[in-house]
Amino acid sequence: MVEKIQRSLERLSFVDLIVWLFGLSIVAVSVVGMIGSLGGHLYTTKEWMRVTVYGVTQGGVYALIALGYTLVYGILFMINFAHGDIFMAGAFTGYFLAAKLDQYGIYNGHPILSLSLVMLLSMFTSVVIALITERVAYRPLRRAPRLVPLITAIGASFTIEYTFRGLYGSGVEAYPELEVLAGKVSIGGIEVLKAHILVIVVSLAMMAGLYAYVQYTKAGKAMRAVAEDKDVAALMGVDVDRIIVNTFILGAALAGVAGVLYALIFKQVHFFMGFIPGIKAFTAAVLGGIGNVPGAMLGGFFLGIFEALGPGLILEGLGITSPHQLKDAIAFTLLVLVLIFRPTGILGERLSEEKV
Amino acid sequence: MEEKRSPWKDAWLNGLLAGVIMLYFSLVGMVKTFSSREVVGALSLGHVTLLLSLGVVVYTFLRRHKQESRGTLLGQAALMGAIGGFLLGLLPLLGQWVDFRFMLVQASPELYALLRFGQNPTVGFVLLIAVSAVTSMVIALIDFLPDFWRNAVVNAFLITIVVGMLSDLFKGMTIHAIFDPFMGASGLNYIGAVVVFLLSVAYFWMGKRRGEIKAEAAKDKTEAMAKKALPRWAVAGLLVAFLLFLPLILGSYLSHVLNMVGLYVIMGLGLNIVVGYAGLLDLGYVAFFALGAYTMGVLTSTSPLGVAHMTFWEALPFAILVALTAGILLGVPVLRMRGDYLAIVTLGFGEIIRILAVSDALKPFIGGAQGILSIIKPIIKFGGRTLLEFQTPIHFYYLILVGIGIAFFVAYRLRESRLGRAWMAMREDEDVAEAMGIDLVVIKLTAFGFGASFSGLAGAIFASYVGSIFPASFNLLISINVLSLIIVGGVGSLPGVVVGSLALVGLPELLREFAEYRMLMYGLALIAMMLLKPEGFWPEPIRQRELHAGEESGD
Repeated sequence: MVEKIQRSLERLSFVDLIVWLFGLSIVAVSVVGMIGSLGGHLYTTKEWMRVTVYGVTQGGVYALIALGYTLVYGILFMINFAHGDIFMAGAFTGYFLAAKLDQYGIYNGHPILSLSLVMLLSMFTSVVIALITERVAYRPLRRAPRLVPLITAIGASFTIEYTFRGLYGSGVEAYPELEVLAGKVSIGGIEVLKAHILVIVVSLAMMAGLYAYVQYTKAGKAMRAVAEDKDVAALMGVDVDRIIVNTFILGAALAGVAGVLYALIFKQVHFFMGFIPGIKAFTAAVLGGIGNVPGAMLGGFFLGIFEALGPGLILEGLGITSPHQLKDAIAFTLLVLVLIFRPTGILGERLSEEKV
Repeated sequence: MEEKRSPWKDAWLNGLLAGVIMLYFSLVGMVKTFSSREVVGALSLGHVTLLLSLGVVVYTFLRRHKQESRGTLLGQAALMGAIGGFLLGLLPLLGQWVDFRFMLVQASPELYALLRFGQNPTVGFVLLIAVSAVTSMVIALIDFLPDFWRNAVVNAFLITIVVGMLSDLFKGMTIHAIFDPFMGASGLNYIGAVVVFLLSVAYFWMGKRRGEIKAEAAKDKTEAMAKKALPRWAVAGLLVAFLLFLPLILGSYLSHVLNMVGLYVIMGLGLNIVVGYAGLLDLGYVAFFALGAYTMGVLTSTSPLGVAHMTFWEALPFAILVALTAGILLGVPVLRMRGDYLAIVTLGFGEIIRILAVSDALKPFIGGAQGILSIIKPIIKFGGRTLLEFQTPIHFYYLILVGIGIAFFVAYRLRESRLGRAWMAMREDEDVAEAMGIDLVVIKLTAFGFGASFSGLAGAIFASYVGSIFPASFNLLISINVLSLIIVGGVGSLPGVVVGSLALVGLPELLREFAEYRMLMYGLALIAMMLLKPEGFWPEPIRQRELHAGEESGD
């Protein structure tokens, strides 16, 4: 044991040292912040619980988007940078149906029907956009060097964003209110918004559905086979192109659902709304181990909770003014830390070094 | 699969494609916005957009089906045009009864009027189909010309459009009187268009003649050697002289445009070291630009936020140094990452810095969202007397030119150096480079450091030039701008950076109509470049060989 430590100490390079010092200092700062916050009794337990539930809600949305990143990465080993914008496309288009339905009083008259319709339209739009992106920007470059599809993905991301800005305008649109979802329910003494409960339930259901699809259907099996080895899967009679298209459809459909759920939480849509959730969902996917389906779900919830608790728990204890402005910075810092110290993610031991 | 499709079915599908593309440009709003700029006579940029999208589809179709008889091709072209026009025409036709504007904000009466040529709906619909079909047939006829004439006509046509688009450039010059007879209210007038068109055709014809003469001369090698062009130093001297006198011709506004281009050239040269030489995709490049600008702001500002009240020249080294240090510090944690992960992490860094700059937490030091005001301008003093205070864009033009000169020199010398070769070896294959004895840690950090310091220099000049800085100016879009211009110009290529900056920064500044669609065009340009011309418009020789090596081996 001692020998082992000694040997690893000898191999410790200058870079490792700096990286570890960097990591340790961030951990130390976080601990100091936590002691400050918890010791200072800034919030009651109930408040902490409420923030956590909020985090779970957001985490559900992140997880659904993260699945799209993970599915595509698992098969093509590329970051579909435009995925956040595919999410936006669905949510933004869904808004117009919701607004029209609301105009005729159907939205609140038949809430389940209208919400399903809005979700279907949102999924449909996201899927169409994803398919166009795949066909135009990714498929011709499948054998190109790895940076090339990443650059087209960045290009696709901006193209989608500014296309929708052109089509739907640059304003922020407000989703109509659903009266059924207004108000709160008390669960075990914690007050939870009804809308949040719906978001959690729907996202869990979608995830369960996806897991079952990937794990137990023939198409899911083919998908896993392609992820494992494209050439061998092709030899076994799997139509690789079809599976890749399927993967994009699945990921985009989940993003479409996530779009409507996001709109239920935040009530707002605009053309740039996909960018930040997109990067955060990518963080979640990396956190869980990119390419790993349960990992993405876990990572999404973890990130949601971490991000909700972080400002109050860490930053406020350090005496930083208006810590909630730095919420996004916390998520990005987490991303950087994970990529430095555990690039394979929490559940990602399956991936070899070469794939990462 | 595409081989088996019958030509007529292909024509159908291509007609639909053309229609969809034209609808896309109309609904995104480009057609209407661009219609306010006339390119040649009454032909507006909006028309040109539609014409070019139809033209590209028809032209690629014709190239694909060369074996068909000309009569058939002409018919197919007409069919494509008619279908495209039909699809596009449906929009104003249905628009009379359906309110698309509820969702698609650009489906306005103005756009409809434009698409119907100002006629009533039915007549306009028929007219649009007819015009589109006839245009396609004209394109087909041009395609039937012999190779040389086809290329000459197509190129001359494109040149005429570009000149028409850039006519403001000529009007803004101090010597605009020469060009006035050829100019309309905006764009060229018809005489001007004919002149430009004929001149371009003549140019191509002369080029062809010269090529023939050269080919003959090449048989007799000594003669060819004697005909060698100007020596390199003479070309360089002419270029420098031209650049020095340029602002005198261009005037103040165009010099301002050139200054923005110039700042992007400096940044582009820096990012070119990171992305082009070393192959490390950095999406957080704006962070160093912001650091340079903020350092300049904090050190020189005369507002309460200024701490040191330095002069521009005293603060400049600090700005570069801060950016350099940040580049190296941020480089350390990402040393082990490759490719796409690196891109995302650097993106994260860029966003963290932007979020910190806006936040209240750092407001006492850098002003939060209100930014830093009254940053001083550079002054050249000699013996206690002020020789020159940089005030106007023309003054700054020379400052930026010197900056570009230094950056260009450093970037050029670096590429030829041992370090430069090490970077390129790493770009090809990290593992092999390491096995060859290259210290990856050192060369990666130097790449990040050099790249960041260029950006810091640009940021420092920028802060002084605009006089006040706000965190909103340092968003991700700048990183994407710089990345796009490198890719359009040619990754790793130094002249490519200049070409890319002129095209992607200069053009939107000159064409106000473009500004709104700037990011959309960058996005489309990134995709199109990667698909069609991954080596860029002014490629670096090594890179070009690499990118085409795979095709030859049939991989």
